[in-house]
Amino acid sequence: MIYVNEHPMPEAQGWPVARLVTCQKPGADVVLVNGYPAPSDYVLADGDHCWLIRRGEIPTAAELDHLLHARHTPGVHAVIRRSTVGVMGLGGLGSPLALALARMGVGRLLLADFDVVEPTNLNRQHYFIDQIGLPKTEALKANIARINPYVAVECVAERLDAANIARSFRGVDVLAECFDDPAMKATALRVALLELPGVGYVGSSGVAGYGDNNAIRTRRLKPRVYVVGDGESAAQPGQGLMAPRVGIAAHHQANQVLRLLLGVDEER
Amino acid sequence: MMTITCNGEPRKIEREMSVEELMRSLGLNPETVVAELDGRILSRPEYAETRLADGATLELIRFVGGG
Repeated sequence: MIYVNEHPMPEAQGWPVARLVTCQKPGADVVLVNGYPAPSDYVLADGDHCWLIRRGEIPTAAELDHLLHARHTPGVHAVIRRSTVGVMGLGGLGSPLALALARMGVGRLLLADFDVVEPTNLNRQHYFIDQIGLPKTEALKANIARINPYVAVECVAERLDAANIARSFRGVDVLAECFDDPAMKATALRVALLELPGVGYVGSSGVAGYGDNNAIRTRRLKPRVYVVGDGESAAQPGQGLMAPRVGIAAHHQANQVLRLLLGVDEER
Repeated sequence: MMTITCNGEPRKIEREMSVEELMRSLGLNPETVVAELDGRILSRPEYAETRLADGATLELIRFVGGG
């Protein structure tokens, strides 16, 4: 069987892709077979899943799900689409981390921040200049919706503390700590260890400046508990937070979240 | 005089003190530190309430700002 945008089309078996495009969607701008771009002379074989998309068309939830499934391999996608990840702090760490998870198709994101987008955030955080003044939760939710509108995003727009961290994030699969304030970083880890048993945890410490890339490490503190960073580089006058290095750390965190979701938890 | 193990290193302590006093003597702000004493994570109020005993094993996880 051949599937075209997930509709069965048995007669297309043995056709070159170009013929399918002419018959089904002339002028299609994107032609994918089994999740990957296909040349126009590719001959369709039994079991192929084809996607024909015109510029401006937005895939449905089921269509995007099938495409991510093909991209991530079935086992991986099945796990991440039913996962919930909490993100505490939506700055230089939290905003790229949340976007990476949304791009992957993580099913549900709980995003927490009490702040609004400021002009100086734009040097590293995933907001746009026309979003200055908006709550970060709302702005990031809108940006995620432009990437994958089928990710369920819930916002926690209050200032987090020891009491409401446990309340807000009980039951998530993995919790990412992306705060700026070192006291909140310590508070969050303490709460997670004492009050959120079973929740995977990925914290952060030492991400400022433009020091060595490879000094950013992912350290395992305990089973399913990690901290990312060089452990030393505090944000301070003369050592600001900038997109490249904070971004390295954010994506260390995102990959560690993904590994935990997929059940990988190794001593290194 | 007693000896504890702090982050894997032996450390001599001149007098009896709390976990919080040790942190301050090391130049750490207790608010930015998570402490595990003999395998148990301490709550924040326990930093000042908990005395270090000879032979104790203490892990201090210190955080710096930025994100």
